[in-house]
Amino acid sequence: MPEPGYYGQFGGSFIPEILVATFEELVQAFEQAKADPEFWNTYLKLMGSYSCRPTPLTYAENLTRHFGGARIYIKREDLNHTGAHKANNVMGQGLLVKRMGKGRVIAETGAGQHGVATATMAAKFGFDCTIYMGEIDVQRQRPNVFWMERLGATVIPVTEGTRTLKDAINEAFRDWVSAMDDTHYVLGTACGPHPFPEMVTWFQSIIGLEARRQVLEETGQLPARIYACVGGGSNAMGIFSGFLDDDVELVGVEAGGRGLETGAHAARLASSDASLGVAQGYKTFFLQDDDGQMKETHSVAAGLDYVGVSPILSHLKETGRVRFSAATDTEVVDALSLTIRKEGLIPALESAHGFVQAFKEAPTLSHDDVIIINQSGRGDKDIFTVADAFEDPGWKQFIRDKAKEYDAR
Amino acid sequence: MLAETLRAKQREREILLMTHIVMGYPSFDDSLRVVEAMVEAGVEIMELQIPFSEPIADGPVILHANQRSLQAGSSVERCLAFGEEVAKRFDIPFLLMSYYNILFKYGVDAFAKRMAEAGLVGAIVPDLPPEEADEYLAAMAAHDLAPVFILSPSTTDERMARITRVTKGLVYCVARKGVTGQDTSFSDDLDSYLARCRAATDLPLALGFGVKDRADVDFLRGRADLAVIGTQTIRVVEEQGVEGVKPFIEGLRPPLSA
Ligand SMILES: Cc1ncc(COP(=O)(O)O)c(C=O)c1O
Repeated sequence: MPEPGYYGQFGGSFIPEILVATFEELVQAFEQAKADPEFWNTYLKLMGSYSCRPTPLTYAENLTRHFGGARIYIKREDLNHTGAHKANNVMGQGLLVKRMGKGRVIAETGAGQHGVATATMAAKFGFDCTIYMGEIDVQRQRPNVFWMERLGATVIPVTEGTRTLKDAINEAFRDWVSAMDDTHYVLGTACGPHPFPEMVTWFQSIIGLEARRQVLEETGQLPARIYACVGGGSNAMGIFSGFLDDDVELVGVEAGGRGLETGAHAARLASSDASLGVAQGYKTFFLQDDDGQMKETHSVAAGLDYVGVSPILSHLKETGRVRFSAATDTEVVDALSLTIRKEGLIPALESAHGFVQAFKEAPTLSHDDVIIINQSGRGDKDIFTVADAFEDPGWKQFIRDKAKEYDAR
Repeated sequence: MLAETLRAKQREREILLMTHIVMGYPSFDDSLRVVEAMVEAGVEIMELQIPFSEPIADGPVILHANQRSLQAGSSVERCLAFGEEVAKRFDIPFLLMSYYNILFKYGVDAFAKRMAEAGLVGAIVPDLPPEEADEYLAAMAAHDLAPVFILSPSTTDERMARITRVTKGLVYCVARKGVTGQDTSFSDDLDSYLARCRAATDLPLALGFGVKDRADVDFLRGRADLAVIGTQTIRVVEEQGVEGVKPFIEGLRPPLSA
């Protein structure tokens, strides 16, 4: 009998004693929700009326022609309300918070997508909301901070540590241990202590359920391969979980940053730089030094810039069920550019990692094959980063003029 | 063993003091001087924290000390050597405190072995609940070390019984919700909680989180066996330098003769 919350040797629940009772309550609420078909129906209804579900599966005809191999389909999580798959998890946890009768939610955010989604859910359900965000990410993703604040959330920049996602998670835990009676921590990805990896995967599995039905309807066949970017692993687990029992190759794409050989990356499973560890409440592969101190990671995509990875994905790597690769910052910007031009789609920088690997492999497959890329989010939020990457002169001038305008006031 | 040592000390002092430092903050030289000052001021037992990059149970003051110590280049090996040095030099028991990853990466059994060789008596690992602790418990037992577990006000009676069954030396009772370093209200609420802890175990009870002055320590007299002073000594060092430590600690209890 495997212990609850373990996936092979990964997962678990390494939490301070003060949180044990809170986790017991959460596990219980989650188990009840899972056992209650009404809960999932309510969830489906909410996602249909509030967040554009089911999201379409789009045939990328021009990209298919361009690469001349497999037929490329794109699962459009970018069309969720707030622009990313994060909404699936957040609305689901929001329903759970209502069941538990709590009135406040907190969350960490890297790219800001999860923060915006949580602030949106809090506004809709009438919860107080505090979002923790690394200072570096606040700078990278300022537009999302703007929206979180408009939505009524308090955004707290985290100035300790590497000032990115992992530090925001630590701060959220610190808040939670002080306020758990009335507060739920809406963890944004399939990481952390049990039941989060399982619970987030459950809510995100809506992606895979839809995609499987859609691809069969549309093409009459299962895809040969599915590509998804991997930060913490929630969008990947979401789409993969629809196909785990099928003869479908699953490919997770991590942040290769400036290149695996430079050390400036966030590839926990695609590189040999990570090792088994226990942090942030769970056991998985972490990018850490020999002493067990977490390292700095790098990615052009804030949402992939994280030291750990879902324990479920670590397990699926170990069993060989999921293959992992990495995409560099430069490759990502190129793939993004190509997708915008060829299809008129704007994937988030995070999502574009999946596109990179799919583009590398599509030409090697036959036209009889179908592949699916999970477009986890839309790229509008990345306008500052992308404009910089493209060295866009018109954009720079606009920013200069805008700054002058403010200074003149 | 540790429990008996503490009980013996309680024949002189009703309430014992356990103080906490983050090794290597602000420097190992200063850490040594702080330990020296604490021992001179009559502290009965100390916790030595090995800094970790993700100290989720610690508040801003100790978090900051962890970060600075790491930035200054402190390593696990250096911390263990420091622990060995003070355990040899000073005649009080020393516990290690750190997060589980530090032990896990080192190798849990190798870590326990090294602790025992260094003359350290036990460890506190705040992110390791007993449910995840099989390997740790075996290693601590094999090397005759005290695994100190934590109770909190939200711990049920049933769970308290389960936790104290695997705890050795002393039990660390967290005074309240939250992280280290915030204020604790020392009121009658604490009473019923400490009474529950007392009913769960015969081991000495150490109450920690938010103990900062003489009034707090006075309140704990007769209710707990040890008062844990953590964040406040770091604040004292930051504000008054190492010189401030001895008078601060001495001021927490009446002089022995009284
Ligand atoms: C659009 C988008 N995709 C992917 C991710 C990565 O998270 P995960 O691996 O949990 O899907 C993020 C995280 O912020 C994101 O915003």
